[in-house]
Amino acid sequence: MTNSSWREARVVAVADLTPDTRSLEIVSDRGFVAPASGAHLKVAVTIGGRPDTRCYSVYEATDNGGYRIAVKRLALSRGGSAYMASLQPGARLVVAGPENAFPLTLARSDYLLVAGGIGVTPIFAHAKTLARQGAPFRLLYAARRREELALGSELAALLGPKLQTYVSNEDRRVDFTEAFAALAPEGEAYICGPLAMLQAAQRAWAQAGRPRENLRFETFGASGAWQNETFRVDIPRLNKSFEVPADKTLLQALQDEGVATISDCRRGECGLCALPILGVEGVVDHRDVFFSDEEKRSNAKLCACVSRIHGARVILDTADR
Amino acid sequence: MAEATFPLDAWYPLAWSGEIGRSLFARKICGRDIVAYRRIDGEIAALEDACWHRLLPLSLGKLVGDDVVCGYHGLVFNAAGRCTHLPAQKTINPSACVRAYPVVERHRLVWVWPGEPALADPARLPDFHWNDGADWKGEGGTFVSLGCDYRLVVDNLMDLSHETYVHSESIGHDAILDSPFEVTHRGGTVTLARWMIDIEAPPFWEKMLGKPGSVDRWQIVTFQAPNVVVGDVGAAPTASGAPQGDRSQGVNGAFLAALAPETATTCHYFWNFVRTFARDDHELTRRLTLAHVNDGKGVYDQDHRVLEAQQKAIDSNPRQPFFNLNIDAGALWSRRKIDELIAADTVNAQAAE
Repeated sequence: MTNSSWREARVVAVADLTPDTRSLEIVSDRGFVAPASGAHLKVAVTIGGRPDTRCYSVYEATDNGGYRIAVKRLALSRGGSAYMASLQPGARLVVAGPENAFPLTLARSDYLLVAGGIGVTPIFAHAKTLARQGAPFRLLYAARRREELALGSELAALLGPKLQTYVSNEDRRVDFTEAFAALAPEGEAYICGPLAMLQAAQRAWAQAGRPRENLRFETFGASGAWQNETFRVDIPRLNKSFEVPADKTLLQALQDEGVATISDCRRGECGLCALPILGVEGVVDHRDVFFSDEEKRSNAKLCACVSRIHGARVILDTADR
Repeated sequence: MAEATFPLDAWYPLAWSGEIGRSLFARKICGRDIVAYRRIDGEIAALEDACWHRLLPLSLGKLVGDDVVCGYHGLVFNAAGRCTHLPAQKTINPSACVRAYPVVERHRLVWVWPGEPALADPARLPDFHWNDGADWKGEGGTFVSLGCDYRLVVDNLMDLSHETYVHSESIGHDAILDSPFEVTHRGGTVTLARWMIDIEAPPFWEKMLGKPGSVDRWQIVTFQAPNVVVGDVGAAPTASGAPQGDRSQGVNGAFLAALAPETATTCHYFWNFVRTFARDDHELTRRLTLAHVNDGKGVYDQDHRVLEAQQKAIDSNPRQPFFNLNIDAGALWSRRKIDELIAADTVNAQAAE
C-alpha cells in the first residue's frame, strides 16, 4: 500500500478541545487515504535534534480530505507532544499512513467502548462507525477532571444515553466488573486509555471468564504507575553506567550509549527489546502489555521501549557475549 | 499505479458451496489471497491467507475446531481473524490479527467482499437465483485462473454475435447478425435483447425443441455490475406466441456467469447452463455440461481459447486501443457500469493515492 510511504502535509486548522488538548487538522499534499476507524497517522518529529516518529489516532476525517488528530500536552513530554501542540495553521509536517493497529470488527452482537483521557481519539472513531451501523454499544469515558473530557460534548450529542462519563475527581470511576456483566457473552470490548485502566480491565475480563481475544486494546506510551523520573542504569557486562533522563526512553538511552539493541513495535507489545533485570533500587514501572502480571511481578525482565524505574537505579544485562 | 479494472466494494464468487468444507481452501480474489473454511456450526469463515507473523499462507496450516493454526510457528487465529495463541509467551500482542472478509453463501455459491467491510450489505448480492437448483436445473463448473481480464468475459457474453463465428456448428447462426437488438440499462444492470423471428433453428436448439419447422429464438442477456451475467435464451415454434410472452410451446434455458477477478489479467469464471425443460433428465444435464466444457471441445472451451488469446494480444499491444462497433453497445454499457462502481469504490480510491 502506498499509504505507508512518507509524504509532505500541512496543518490547516487547530482548535483547543480542552485546556491541554489540541486538535490539529492535517491535509496531505499527495492524495487522501480514508482512515478506517481506529487508524493512526504517523508524524515525523524531531526530538532533541534527532528524528523520531509519533503515532496519533485519527479521530475523524473531514470532507475535504483532512485528518483530525488530538494532541495532549504532557507535563513531562519526551518532546513530541510539546512540538505538536506548538504547531499553527500553515505548519509543514511529514506524515505516513493512516495505518490501523486497532481495527473494529463489524457485526458483533454487542460492544463496549472504553476511553480514558486522550485515549478517546480512536474510541471516538469507533463510536461514530458503530452509531452509523446501528450496532448495539455503550461508551464509557473516563477522565480525571470534567474539563478534560475532550470531544465529550460531540459524543454526548452523537450517543445520548449510550455515553456514560466518569470523572475521578467527582469520585466516579469505571467499574469494569459491572460493565462487563452488562455486555452480551459474545460481545467485544475496545479500550484505549492509560495502562492502569487497561490492566484493571484485563483482570476483570479474565475474572469474567471471557475469551481474551475479545478484549481489544491500544496502548499509548508514557502511562505508567509513576511519573517519568531520571534513573541510573548499570550494565556490568559492558562496564557501562549512565542516566536515563525523564524525557528519554530507556531504549533510546541504551542506543545513545552505543548498546546494541533490537526492537520493533516500541509500544510495549512485541517483547523484542526486553532485557534481563539483575537488580533494582526502587520499583520497576512495567508499562508494557507483553509480559503477564505474573511475569511483571517476578521482575526478571523489562521492555526497554516503554518501561521505567521509579527509584534510583537498575542493573541490566544485555545479549552481548 | 495501473488503473483499477474492478471495484473492491462488491460481492465476488469465491467457490461453489460444496467446495468449502472442514478443510482450508485457498483462492485469490481481486489480488487478495483468501483462505476459507466451514466452521463447526456450518457458517463459512474467510480470512487473509497470510499469517500475521511471517506471512506464510495460513492455508498451509491446519483447521482445528473453528481456528486456523499456522503451519510455521503455530500461531492460532479464530474465525474473526483474531490471534488467540502466540508461541512461547503468556500474552497476546494486541495487533496480532489477520483480515476477515465478509462472506455470504447464496445461490449455491460462496460470495466474498474484498472491499470495505462496513459496506458489505447482503442486499447488494446479485440476483443469481437461476443457480439455486430449484426451478432451473443444470450442473455447471468453474474455470479457475482463466487467463483474461474478467471484463473480456463480460464483453463476450454481452455480445452474442460472436456465436456465429466461434460456435458456428452448435448455436451460431447468421440470423443473429441479421436480427436487430436492443440494449437498455437501469441502475447497475444492462440488458441486451435480441429476437430472431421465423428462422431455421440452429442445430442445438433444433435438438432441444424436438419439433420441426421454423422457430422464434430469443437471447435476453442481463449484466449485473460488476460481475454477473444471466442470459435468458430459448426457441419456440414460430407463431406460437413466444415474442408476446407465451413460451409454453418452446424450450427455455439460461446461461449463468459469476465472475471474480483473480488479478487484473486473470479471473475465475463460475458458469452454469440451466433449463426449465426436461428437468429430471440427468443424462441431458450431463450432456449439456459436456457441450459447454469438454476437454477443449465444448462451447465455453471455444470461448476461452479466444479470450486467453485476446488477453495475450492486449498484453503485447499495450498502445493499441480497442475499436468499437455497433454490436459492442452491450459491452460498452456494461463497462460503463463497472467504471461507475470503480469510481465509487472506497478501497481503490486509497490504492490510487
